[in-house]
Amino acid sequence: MTKEKTSLLMDDGRRLDGRELHELRPITMQSSVLDRADGSCYLTWGNNKIICAVYGPRELHPKHLAKPDRAIVRVEYRLATFSVNERKSPAPRRREYELSKLIKESLDAVLFLEKFPNGTIDVYITVLDADGGTRCAALTAASIALADAGIPMKGFITGCAVGKVADKMVVDLSDVEDKDGQGDMPVAMNFNTGEITLLQCDGEFTIEEVKEGLSLAIRAIGDVYKLQREAVLAKYTQIEGTTNDVGDEEE
Amino acid sequence: MRSEEIVGVLEKQYITKLLEKGKRADGRKFLEGRPVQIIPNVIKKAEGSAMVKWGETVILAGVKAQLGSPFPDTPNDGVITVNAEISPISSPTNESGPPGPRTVELARVVDRGIRESKIMPMKDPKLCVIPGKKVWIIFIDVYILDDGGNLIDAAALGAMAALANTRLRKVVINEDLEEVTLLEETEPLPRNGSVASLTFAKINDSIFYDPNLLEDRGKEARFSFAMTDKGIICSMQKGESGVFTEEEFTTILDQGATLVAPLLEKIEECSQFPEMNEMYQFDF
Amino acid sequence: MTLLVSKNQLVVPGEVLARGSGVDVAGGVYRKKVKGETEIIASMIGLVKIRKDSVGVVPLEGCYIPLEGDIIIGKIVRVGITSWNVDIRGPYVGALRVNSVLDRDFDSLRESLEEVLNFGDIIKAQITYFDRTRDPVLTMQGRGLRKITHGRLIDVDPVKIPRIIGKKGSMIQLLKNMTNAQIIVGQNGRIVVSANSVEKENLVIRAIRKIEAEAHTSGLTDRIRAYLEEEKKNL
Repeated sequence: MTKEKTSLLMDDGRRLDGRELHELRPITMQSSVLDRADGSCYLTWGNNKIICAVYGPRELHPKHLAKPDRAIVRVEYRLATFSVNERKSPAPRRREYELSKLIKESLDAVLFLEKFPNGTIDVYITVLDADGGTRCAALTAASIALADAGIPMKGFITGCAVGKVADKMVVDLSDVEDKDGQGDMPVAMNFNTGEITLLQCDGEFTIEEVKEGLSLAIRAIGDVYKLQREAVLAKYTQIEGTTNDVGDEEE
Repeated sequence: MRSEEIVGVLEKQYITKLLEKGKRADGRKFLEGRPVQIIPNVIKKAEGSAMVKWGETVILAGVKAQLGSPFPDTPNDGVITVNAEISPISSPTNESGPPGPRTVELARVVDRGIRESKIMPMKDPKLCVIPGKKVWIIFIDVYILDDGGNLIDAAALGAMAALANTRLRKVVINEDLEEVTLLEETEPLPRNGSVASLTFAKINDSIFYDPNLLEDRGKEARFSFAMTDKGIICSMQKGESGVFTEEEFTTILDQGATLVAPLLEKIEECSQFPEMNEMYQFDF
Repeated sequence: MTLLVSKNQLVVPGEVLARGSGVDVAGGVYRKKVKGETEIIASMIGLVKIRKDSVGVVPLEGCYIPLEGDIIIGKIVRVGITSWNVDIRGPYVGALRVNSVLDRDFDSLRESLEEVLNFGDIIKAQITYFDRTRDPVLTMQGRGLRKITHGRLIDVDPVKIPRIIGKKGSMIQLLKNMTNAQIIVGQNGRIVVSANSVEKENLVIRAIRKIEAEAHTSGLTDRIRAYLEEEKKNL
């Protein structure tokens, strides 16, 4: 164990990929990338590559699943077969079902489902290249795709994992740190309201470490949220000589 | 059935009227394909990969390789298998769930094109590591990300391009123990030539190459075939309920060499790397 | 109230626009009590709209939510015995009864509905009833409501429709006058364009796409006029 712990940090105290303990990997996000989906987002986070498409609110098939007082949210989180070290079978595994459920529950918290009785909002996420922290990245991408689809939301869900490596709490675990480290703790929240919608951990943490991790995660989520907001607004580029105006006086 | 699947009368009327005048909805000539872009080596975890943007269609193909046992009837051959996923990401009409007939047909047509072209030297010691015992099993998985029509040609090109930049780990064989050790060092997947698919669609009596989404939805019949760099036809698939005459088939096949050349060229371009393991970024 | 944003500012869901009581909310926002104080928060991507006592967001993305009285362009997706189901590009499928189409009696034993409206037919119709718990009810009895038999159907973002129509119909009138095209606009984000040439139809469609892409900017009508003048030279 000792050998593993030390091998994840370099002599200068930096992480194997050169990051500081509390440093995020490079993140890019782009909305409206797909022609056919109502809303979409392509996100890269370190070596993670995630595509998300949103449809809806739309009619639900089969109809018997419909709720007369609200829309349902269906989330499908999937790993592409080639996104992981050992080829994954194309059929979804238990992990994918569990994460789909958790992502759905997180998104439920920010959607106005009562506005669309009997309908469905479908969120499809595929991890094309996986490198640790995919559920947090997936939630971040899904929020952008939902906003891009014009689905009313209370706010974005933004995620970031923290974890324990060589007895230190670090931000945004890479795949290697996730596998060989002492613990992983994904967090997602509506950053504007401070409402935490997802919290998990596996590994061993003291109560103090959990507290420290949570506060580190929230700080990192604040940084990711800024990127998320910029990415959404990037689509509405300014045209020289004009100002923002939807001409609502014209209606 | 989702309402999006129903082609509106106006849309169908518009393409048919234009076709009668010898024109296509997007201004292309009957034998003109859409712009095609291949971005190779985009997935870090894959042994080979390629994103293909074919007009409005976007697909991502990835190759994974693992050592395994050969099939009993071909003990001296490596194994190759193509799987497709018409993801619900790609269109409002694609539902999630186990692969339907359309997905299975797509996978099998792409698979046949590559398999029957014999461009993969399955008996090569680089693929058949210990005859009868250990061979490389090559999985090609094609994900449809944006369905803008003509999935077969885009998927086939993606699969081929992904193979063209696939690198396998070198192996050390311990003959006595019949054990194989994987090294970190990699080498290109052996390959003799390349293959590409060409798809034609028929609406009324008009036959044209590379149907876009509107044409794909309105088509009565489809004909796809795969052609190698040696001009050999190695797979054909006629699809949908419409029909073709003998003359129509021969006219289509005569176009093969001309249309396949630019695609094969693109495959060769993307398999020549400036550096062995350079990763490319893609966008949409 | 305390305003935290300025007029026409671009916002995303979750951004707090105003605090304090006495603020009315317009669309695109919701109210939340935080520590005894009311916050008005954006629920859509859009531009902030400020009126005397209200604040809201004019959305730049959004799906179609039916409103009674809306004129829409629908697609017949199911033909029943005495009614049709109509895709209106929203979360709900519209219901169109035969007595809202024909002003005569319909004999379901002798006639079939397909002869009136068939699968895939495109119609201009009006929403007469909708309350979110039941599917919207449509009618084709009214001025200009009919089956659309020719033209090019395009889908646009439903929230951009007011911009495509323009102030008192100024934008749509501009498009029609400069191209002599017939343009039917459905509130549900569907437009049918027909002109005497495909090239002219393509020009109208390109102009509509430009309006969609630049819907958030000022001086759009002038830019579209200049665009059409320039592009018409190439026709």
